[in-house]
This record gives sequence, structure tokens and C-alpha cells, in this order.
Amino acid sequence: MESVFSNVVRAPEDPILGVTVAYNNDPSPAKLNLGVGAYRTEEGKPLVLDVVRRAEQQLVNDPSRVKEYIPIAGLADFNKLSAKLILGADSPAIQESRVATIQCLSGTGSLRVGAEFLKKHYHQSVIFIPKPTWGNHPKVFNLAGLSVEYYRYYDPSTRGLDFQGLLEDLGAAPSGAIVLLHACAHNPTGVDPTSEQWEQIRQLIRSKSLLPFFDSAYQGFASGSLDTDAHSVRTFVADGGECLIAQSYAKNMGLYGERVGALSIVCKSSDVASKVESQVKLVVRPMYSSPPIHGASIVATILKSSDMYNDWTIELKGMADRIISMRQQLFEALQAKGTPGDWSHIIKQIGMFTFTGLNKEQVAFMTKEFHIYMTSDGRISMAGLSSKTVSHLVEAIHAAVTRVA
Amino acid sequence: MAMMARTIRNSASRRTMMMSRPIFGLRSMSSWWKNVEPAPKDPILGVTEAFLADPSPDKVNVGVGAYRDDNGKPVVLDCVREAERRIAGTSFMEYLPMGGSVKMVEETLKLAYGDNSEFIKDKRIAAVQSLSGTGACRLFADFQTRFNPGSQIYIPVPTWSNHHNIWRDAQVPQKTYHYYHPETKGLDFKGLMDDVKNAPEGSFFLLHACAHNPTGVDPTEEQWREISQLFKAKNHFAFFDMAYQGFASGDPARDAKSIRIFLEDGHHIGISQSYAKNMGLYGQRVGCLSVLCENEKQAVTVKSQLQQLARPMYSNPPLHGAQIVSTILGDPELKSLWLKEVKIMADRIIGMRTTLRESLEKLGSPLSWEHVTKQIGMFCYSGLTPEQVDRLTSEYHIYMTRNGRISMAGVTTGNVGYLANAIHEVTKSS
Repeated sequence: MESVFSNVVRAPEDPILGVTVAYNNDPSPAKLNLGVGAYRTEEGKPLVLDVVRRAEQQLVNDPSRVKEYIPIAGLADFNKLSAKLILGADSPAIQESRVATIQCLSGTGSLRVGAEFLKKHYHQSVIFIPKPTWGNHPKVFNLAGLSVEYYRYYDPSTRGLDFQGLLEDLGAAPSGAIVLLHACAHNPTGVDPTSEQWEQIRQLIRSKSLLPFFDSAYQGFASGSLDTDAHSVRTFVADGGECLIAQSYAKNMGLYGERVGALSIVCKSSDVASKVESQVKLVVRPMYSSPPIHGASIVATILKSSDMYNDWTIELKGMADRIISMRQQLFEALQAKGTPGDWSHIIKQIGMFTFTGLNKEQVAFMTKEFHIYMTSDGRISMAGLSSKTVSHLVEAIHAAVTRVA
Repeated sequence: MAMMARTIRNSASRRTMMMSRPIFGLRSMSSWWKNVEPAPKDPILGVTEAFLADPSPDKVNVGVGAYRDDNGKPVVLDCVREAERRIAGTSFMEYLPMGGSVKMVEETLKLAYGDNSEFIKDKRIAAVQSLSGTGACRLFADFQTRFNPGSQIYIPVPTWSNHHNIWRDAQVPQKTYHYYHPETKGLDFKGLMDDVKNAPEGSFFLLHACAHNPTGVDPTEEQWREISQLFKAKNHFAFFDMAYQGFASGDPARDAKSIRIFLEDGHHIGISQSYAKNMGLYGQRVGCLSVLCENEKQAVTVKSQLQQLARPMYSNPPLHGAQIVSTILGDPELKSLWLKEVKIMADRIIGMRTTLRESLEKLGSPLSWEHVTKQIGMFCYSGLTPEQVDRLTSEYHIYMTRNGRISMAGVTTGNVGYLANAIHEVTKSS
């Protein structure tokens, strides 16, 4: 019998996850994985935070815990605590019950559910996303039925923010268009607006009635401070306007595979927030009915205990500090080697990724000759570097820059 | 450009102004969402919400299909507790691949297709870990819309209410086929076969592999064979939703019989599998979507496309539930313990069916309650009308969905008498 799917063609490898696949297949002992953004220790190992292990044990040892379906919108305490985390405990939006928060499957799930809600209930179906952005963003929005436009963001000549271009493009956006903003630690470039620039962006967005949709995947992970990394989001909420926020606990709590995140929709009134929540549930039910319990339970356990919360902030700062130190080491090593070019962007950029400025050919060269794995846009995950491997990377970059156009 | 320059030059003074008055747009005073209507409560999950809010000590929840033990308590299987003990503290929490845990998927396919399935050996099955049964159905529906645009899905009447939502949100047009016969409270086999015959060649059909939800009415083995033959003649595609394997009869191989018949007859089927009920892993959201292909190459291709649909939905599926499943199914002792525990759950429900029926007959009910023991699985389609259901709720604090579906898993030796009496009271004048 012929298959009804015999016309299906093979999909290309995911550009980001495909890097790890290639890395795994490489037998070289010198190989280095600077592809996917998952934190690694100095020893190059994945990390489960101590505080997460403690929360896990607590859950396992509690015989009263069951595995029932959790509500469609997820665990209530997880939702409240997540909103507090991103908006601040004293946020008037929370105090006025104007925030609808729904547990979702990490950042991806929060973005997708938010996008589907917008497609159904918002008057505009175009979303402006920065150029470049995380490779999965356009797919998420397209599948939700939104059309995607780009606004200028990265300036290759400065390896910094193209602020003029950003203001022009958002200034030209149709009134009410949705705007995707990376709350901090822009992925893939690591280039963030300054707080003055954020203020101008906020004013422009509000003056054009554009709808901000924040992707917050690195709160606490970028600067080491949860409050600092939430600053952009909080200034928008402080002006009383509405916005959407996708939060992920993949990196900052190391809960990658457990798929924990939250979608918050900040509304003008509590009445609206309650109706909005009910409609978001209708998006979730035909997608996966209700979110997974395990990761959210770990997060709630940690966030509601002041001891565990404090311990978490310390471990989080430890991860952020290691990455900042790697940036410093890489920069200094390139300086010492005399590698041509200005490499100061390595220490100016923030978060897990550095947009090196290396081109596709140089990247391919580094992979082939030095077994260094990274995405072809020149993005390296600083989390994958250690003091031991910096020199290998420097050799590779130096060779690529001097031998490959 | 001149405008922009002016804006920037004046930005300092504007900034001062901004401090005292937030900037809004044209719709400054109202919300973007003021036209959003409150959504209706989910007909199934709304029942439990109402139950929880009821202060009566006599209240009984026979609404949502989650298993309860004879004390009315949720159950975490021993095999699950043991698996969790082994997992906690020992593993990393890295991302799974987009297609999920390979080990968990392998074990799951064995359950559906058979331990020694030639299709598994020949690598002809495209399979990905999914967010339980809902997620598997949704991925398939999205796949159907992308690769068979213009196709419809035939859905039985009645079915789990969320099936309609799933294919609707995937933008696959729906048609229905006859399934439940209200007069016999059994299968409308003739109606079903007529609809299968009259559907255009190559139509997509949703079939409940066993323990049909909400009716509990399954075709007999002989009827399944006839359905399969007719499907063959019409070149239809069979998509099986199997949410209750092991939970229906107590024997997973027996509960997969319908699927095995279709496989023997050469159909290329799709299957949604869920561990929500049979492993009690409800909240973990763990399941599997599989599509049987012509050959290994096609299976690799189809799997790659399923992953493309998962990536923009949630990137990769959750780890914990999958770890529990692979730990249990990968360890012969734990697997054997699981099979025992599944049988205990199934047997308790079968026992409750018998007790409920006998209690109603003892009360002298004028109606026949034969269907209570003929139907199978978690649910009993009682035949109660919405009005009778409303009376059960308002007068007796008994909660069930308004289609008269009783979750037998919520019936216990402690409440079966109360339940029988209440049902008798609202039906005795029928």
C-alpha cells in the first residue's frame, strides 16, 4: 500500500540543534562545542544547580505529591511567583491584578501561545522582529499565523547596536504592530540597548501604539542580577501600558529539558486580564491540554523559599560571572596573540553569546581544521568555553581571520 | 529624516516631559483587549473546578478521567515512585532532541506495535515523543494540514470534546461518522460502516483504539476486522488515538488488538499514545506520535518533518516524564510491576461497573443498566440526559459531564451506593 505521505521531503537539520549533532559525530578529542546555548562548567560539563537538586529531593520525598493534571494555565503559585520575578514584587500591575500569567513550555512555548492568542484576538497580525534574532523566532510566529517583518538591530561595522536603523524601522511600522524585544542578552548578538536607548525605544513604541512582546530568556544570567536584567521590561510596565512577556527558566535555573516558562500578559485592568487568561486557555487546550508539572514544581519550590531563593541568586551570579570572565579571557588572549581586528565587542556584548563577526567560510574552516562547532552566523556560546579551551579557540580564530577571507 | 532629527534634538526636553506623563498611543485610555470575550469553561475540566468549589461532604466527582483508588484518592504507581527515586539527583536536565527521548520512544513503540514488530525492526516507523495524547493528536493534525492540505478528518460521534478543538486549531476541516447508538447504548455498526463506505476514497479517520471516550463502547474483534477490510477497499487513512492501553481490559496486548488487526491488513497507520492514565503520569504530559511509513527512508523523512512542527511549538518535549517511562519499561522488574499495577486499576474499574449495575438493579430501576458492564474503560455513557445530570449535581452534589458520561475511576465501594441511589432517583420515572 502506498503511503499517503510519500510526497513528503526531508526537512533540513535545525541550524542550531544540528550543530550539536555534528559535534557529537566528531571523534576528535580536541573538539569544542560552542553551538547550542546550554551552560557548561569550567570542566565542560552540564550543570544542575544545587538548589535545583534540593528542590527535586524535597519533591521526591514528599509522599503526598501526586501527578495529576495541573490546571490548563499551570500551577497557580508558579505563575504568581514568575510574574513577581520579572515584574518586581512591588509592581503595581501585579498589585492591581492586571497580569494574566500562564505556565508554558519554556520560552518557545510561551512565545507560541502568546502569538496564537494575538492571532485570534489582536487587531494586527504583523510582528516586527530584530535582525538578526534567534533562528526559531520567525518559525514560531509564522506557524501561529502572524506575518513577520524585520527591524534593523545589529550593525556589523561596529558589532554593536544599529540604533538609528532600529528607530527608523520601528518608526515606520504600522500603528499597533507587534514588536518582539529581547529583554536582555540579545540572542545571537549579545548586543543590548543602553538604558537611555531603551527609554527612547519605549517612547517610540508607546507613541506609535506598537505592542511590545518581550522574550526574557536570560534574566539574571546576563549581568548576574535578576533586577538589572529585568529593567527594560519593568520600565515598559511602569508606564501603565500593555505588553506580553515570555519567560524561560531553561538557562537561569538550568532546567533546560524540563521546559519551564511562563507567558505574562500585562493588561489595563484586572477584568480584562481575567478574560484574556480564559482565552489563552483555549489556545493551550487543543495544543497540549495542560503544561508539565515537574519543572514548574521545582521552580515554585525554590522561589517560595527565601533560603532557596537566596542560594539560587548566588549560583546564578556564579554562572554569569564565569561567562563574563570567559569574555575577558578570550579578549585578552586575542590581544596577546595579535589577531588582526578589533575584538572589544567580545567584552562589550553580554549574555551567553558572542557574535564574533566571523563569516560562514571562516566558521566552516574552524570546524574543519580545528573541530570547533558553532552556528554559521559566527555566534559562539561563551558558556561552552573554559580557561583550558580558550587558547584552542584563539588559535582557530587567528587562523581563520588570517587565512580565510 | 528631518522629522527624526528634530525628534532626536528635542529628545532631552521630551524626556523631561515623559517623566511626568506616560506616553500612550491613539487608544491611550483603553486596553487592546477590551473586546476579548470571556471564554466558556472547558466542559470537562470545568466540572472538576465546580466540584472543588462545592463544600458538601457528600460530593462525588465522576467527571474528569483521572484514576482514583477505592478511597477516592489519586494514585502514584509504585513503579513510578521507584523510577523517580532512581532519577532524582542522578541525571542532568539537558534538552532532549526535538523528537524526544529515543529510549522512551523505542519502548513505547513496542507497546503499540508489538515487542517483535517487523515494522520496528525495519525502522519503518516515524515516531516522536509528544505532549501526551493531546500533543500527539495536535502534531499529527498539523502534519496533516501541511502535507495533505485539503484533507478532512472524520471524527466519531460522540468523541472526546477536545478532538474537535485540536483539528480545528490545526485548520483541518472536520466531518463526523456514526458511532454511538443511543437506543442500544452500544455501537451503531451499520451507521459506522455506511459512513466509512460513503466517505471519499483516501479519507482520514480518527479511531479510538480501545475504551472509546466518552462512551466506553468498542467494536468487537470481528467488527474491527470488517472495518479494516472496508478501510482497505476505500484506501482510507486510520489514525488511532490510544489513551487507555492496558487500562481497558488490564492486558496491553489485548487493548492494542484493533491496531494489530490494521497492521496485519497492511494499513499505514498513525497512532497517538498517552501515559497519562495507564502510568498515572497525567501532569507529566508524556506520550508518543507514530506514523508507519513505506520504508526506513520515508520514516526518517516524516520524522524530520514532525520535528519541524514541534520546534516552533515547544522546541523539545519535557524530560522528566520520559525518564520515568524509560526507567520503568527498560527494567524488566519495574515493567512487570507496572503491568501488575495497571491490571489492578483496570480490575477495580471492572469491579465497580458490576457493583453499580447490580445496585441499580437491586433498587428496582425500570431501566436496563446492561450497558454499564458491557462498556469498557474509564467511562460509562450512562444515558442520563443533561437535565438528569443537572439534578444529580444540584440535589446530590454528584459531578459529571452533561453528556451523562460517568468516570468509573471516580466510583468507589464507599460511594457506589450513594451514586446508584441518586441515579435511581432521577431516572425512576423515565
